[in-house]
Amino acid sequence: MAVDDGHQEHPPYLRHHFESVEQQADTTNFAMWLFLLTEVMFFGGLFTAYLIYRNWYYPAFVAGSHQLNVIWGTLNTVVLILSSFTMAMGVWCAETRRRKGLVLSLSLTFVLGLMFLGIKTIEYREKIERHHVPGAHYSLQSFIDPASDKEIYSEYHDKPLALDMARHTEVYFSLYFAMTGMHALHMIIGIGILGFMIYRARAGAYTSGHVTFVENFGLYWHFVDIVWIYLFALLYLISRHQ
Amino acid sequence: MSDTIVSLPDQSTARIPKDNFFTRENGLLSWLLTGDHKRIAILYLISITFFFFIGGALAGLIRLELLTPQTDLMATDTYNKVFTMHGVIMVFFFLVPSVPATLGNFFIPMMIGAKDLALPKINLLSWYLYMAGGLLALYTMATGGVDTGWTFTTPLSTHYVNTNVLTTGLAVFVAGFSSIFTGLNFIVTIHKMRAPGMTWFRLPLFVWAHYAASILMVLGTPVLAIAIVLVALERTIGIGVFDPTKGGDPLLFQHLFWFYSHPAVYIMILPGMGVISEVISTFSRKRVFGYTAVAFSSVAIAVFGFFVWAHHMFIMGISNYAVLVFSLLTMLVAVPSAIKIFNWTFTLYKGSITFETPMLYAFGFMGLFTIGGMTGVFLGTSGTDIHLTETYFIVAHFHFVMVGGMLMAFLSGIHFWWPKMTGRMYPEKISQLAAVVTFIGFNFTFFPQFILGTLGMPRRYASYPPEFQILNVFSTAGSTILGVGYLLPVLYLVWSLKYGQIAGDNPWQATGLEWQTQSPPLTENFVKMPIMDHEAYDYEWLENQNRERQKEIEVASAG
Repeated sequence: MAVDDGHQEHPPYLRHHFESVEQQADTTNFAMWLFLLTEVMFFGGLFTAYLIYRNWYYPAFVAGSHQLNVIWGTLNTVVLILSSFTMAMGVWCAETRRRKGLVLSLSLTFVLGLMFLGIKTIEYREKIERHHVPGAHYSLQSFIDPASDKEIYSEYHDKPLALDMARHTEVYFSLYFAMTGMHALHMIIGIGILGFMIYRARAGAYTSGHVTFVENFGLYWHFVDIVWIYLFALLYLISRHQ
Repeated sequence: MSDTIVSLPDQSTARIPKDNFFTRENGLLSWLLTGDHKRIAILYLISITFFFFIGGALAGLIRLELLTPQTDLMATDTYNKVFTMHGVIMVFFFLVPSVPATLGNFFIPMMIGAKDLALPKINLLSWYLYMAGGLLALYTMATGGVDTGWTFTTPLSTHYVNTNVLTTGLAVFVAGFSSIFTGLNFIVTIHKMRAPGMTWFRLPLFVWAHYAASILMVLGTPVLAIAIVLVALERTIGIGVFDPTKGGDPLLFQHLFWFYSHPAVYIMILPGMGVISEVISTFSRKRVFGYTAVAFSSVAIAVFGFFVWAHHMFIMGISNYAVLVFSLLTMLVAVPSAIKIFNWTFTLYKGSITFETPMLYAFGFMGLFTIGGMTGVFLGTSGTDIHLTETYFIVAHFHFVMVGGMLMAFLSGIHFWWPKMTGRMYPEKISQLAAVVTFIGFNFTFFPQFILGTLGMPRRYASYPPEFQILNVFSTAGSTILGVGYLLPVLYLVWSLKYGQIAGDNPWQATGLEWQTQSPPLTENFVKMPIMDHEAYDYEWLENQNRERQKEIEVASAG
C-alpha cells in the first residue's frame, strides 16, 4: 500500500507537506475563499440587524441617512474602486514577474487605502461635532427640528420626526458606526499587511514565481472593497430623491 | 478478555522506534514554534486538560454550595460568578476544542494519508489564540470575574452589571478565532490533502464527523464574534442596537448569540460521534453498519443544526408561529442522531465484541447520549418546554449530552489512540475501573437533577427550598465520585508514559491508515505516501495484510 515518491527538485517555496506547487497554490487559495466566507458571516450579522431595524424605523433611517455627506461617500467609493484596480495590477505584475511594477501598484494601493481612512476620519469628526455619535452625548436636535440644520434642510426639506421615531435615529447611527467601524478595522489590517508586502516585494519576494500570497491578499482587498459598496448604498443612499 | 480478538499482535517484541515526532527535535522552542500537527495536538491536549480541571473545580464549588438549602459556602454574587466561569471555561475552552483540536488535529492528516494539515502555521496560530483567550479568561476570573452567565444576556450584560464583561467577551472572541482557524484548516485539508485512492466514501467516519463540525465552526463562530463586538460597543460607547430605550431589541442579541451557540453544541458533539464510530467498529471487528447513512447523518446534523436556534427562546417572546416552526425543525434533528445510534447498535449485532476501556466509554456514550437526546425532545416541545425551561431539567439534559456524551467520547478517544500517540499502552484494569466509576458517578450526579427540574427547582440559584435537599445531596455525592473518575485517567496516563507496556504499531488491529505506521509516528507520518486500495473498516483486507507480512517474515527467516 505504498508507492514511491521519488524526491525531485522542487522550488524553495514548496512547503514539505505538499506534493506539488499546484496543490499548494490550490490549497491556500481555497483556504482564503473559506476565510472570506467567515467574513461574510461576520458582516452578515450586521446586515441582518440593519435589515430588521430599517424595516421597523424607516423614517428614522431616511432622516439619519440625509445627515451623511454623500459627496465624501462617493469620493471614498471611487478611491476604493481605484485601489481595487491598483491591487489587481499588483497581482498581474507579480504573475508576470515585474518587481518595480508590483512595488508601485502596492504602494498606490497603500496610499489609496490611507486616503479612504482619511476621508472617513473627516466624516466621523463631523458626526462627533453634530453630536450624532450614539451614547451619552447624542442629540436629537436635527431630527425634531430639521429647519435648525439649514444646510441639510435646504436640500431635503425633511419633516420633523415625532420624538419616538426621532429617538430611533440613534439605532441608525449605532449601525452606521458599527458597520463602517468594522469595515475601517478591516482596512487598517489590510493596510498593515500591504506595508509588510511592499517591504518584501522590494526584495523581490513575490516576483520569482510564488504569487499566492499576493493573490490571496488581493482577494481580501477586493472583498473589503465590495463590503464598502454595499455599505455605501445601504447607509448613504436611503431615499435621496423624494 | 483479549483472547477473543483475532490475531492480536505480539507486543513483547515491540520496541519504541528511535526516530519519532517526540525525539526528532528537542527543547522547549522546538515545541513552541512547531508546525507539526501532532505536536500542536499534544500542546492542545495539555492546555485543554488544564482548563478542564479549572472548570471542574468550579463545578465542585457549585455542587458544594448546593449541598445545603441555605447560602452558606459563598455569597450569592460569588455563586453567580462561579457558575458563569464554569460555563465559559467548559464551553469555550474545553468542549468546543476538546476532540477536534487534540484527536482531530493529530489524526485527520494521518487518516487521510497526509504529512500534515494544509496550513501548519495557521494551526499553531490557533493554539496561541486559544491560549491567549484562555489566559485572559483566567485573568478575568482572578480580577473579579463575571456574573452574566455564559450567555452574556443583554441588557444585563450591557447595562446592569459592573463585572468584567468586556475582558470575558474578548477572551471568547479570541478563542472563537482559534476555533474558526481549526475548522477552516480541517475543511481545506480534507478537500485537498487526501492520499491517492482516498475517496470521500473511503474516509473514516471520524473525518466525516469533523468535516461537518468544521462547517459549523466556520459559518457559526463569526456570528458570535459580531454579537460580542456589538455588546462591547454597547457597553463602552453606548450604541443602541440591543437597547430597548433607544429602539433596539434585546431579542436580536438572542438570535445572533444562539445562531452560533446552538450549532456550537453540534460542534461539540459531532467530533465525539466520530470517535464512537471508530471505537465501535474496531472493538466489534465489523464495518460500521450503513457507512453512508452515518456519514450523511453528520452532514444532516450540521445543516439542520443551523435552523433550530430559536428553541432556546420559546419563552422570550418570539411569535407563536416561530415557536411552531422551530419546534418542528428541532424534532427533525432527532432523525440523524437516531440514525447514528441505531447504526452503531447494528454494528454491534453479531460482531466479535471485546470490552477494552475505549469500548466501555463508548457504551457509556451511547446510553447517556440517548437519554440526553430524548430529554431534548421534551424541551423542543413548546408546551413542556414552558414548564421545564430554566429548571434543573435543562441542566441535566445538556450535561447528559455534553458530559455523558461528549466527555465520554473524548475519554474513549484518548484511551483508544493513546498507544498511537505515545507508543505505550495505558494500564487496562485500572482504566476499566475508571470508566465504570465515571459512569456511576455521572448518573448519581445528574439523574437526580432531572427529578429536581420536573419538581420545579430553578437553575442558577445558590439556595433552594429544604424539600429539594435530599436529591441535591445525591447529586453532590455523585459529583465527588465523578471527580475521582476524572482524576484517575490523569494519574495512570501520565504513569504510562514511562511505565506503560510498549504498544507496537497496531495494538487494536484497527484498519485506519493511522494504525498502519509506527507508534509514535514519524514527523512525516508515513515513510512513503500511502495508497488507499480498500474501503474503510475493511477487516478482511487487514487480515490479508497480516498474513502476507507473516509469510514475508517466514521466508526471510527460512532464507
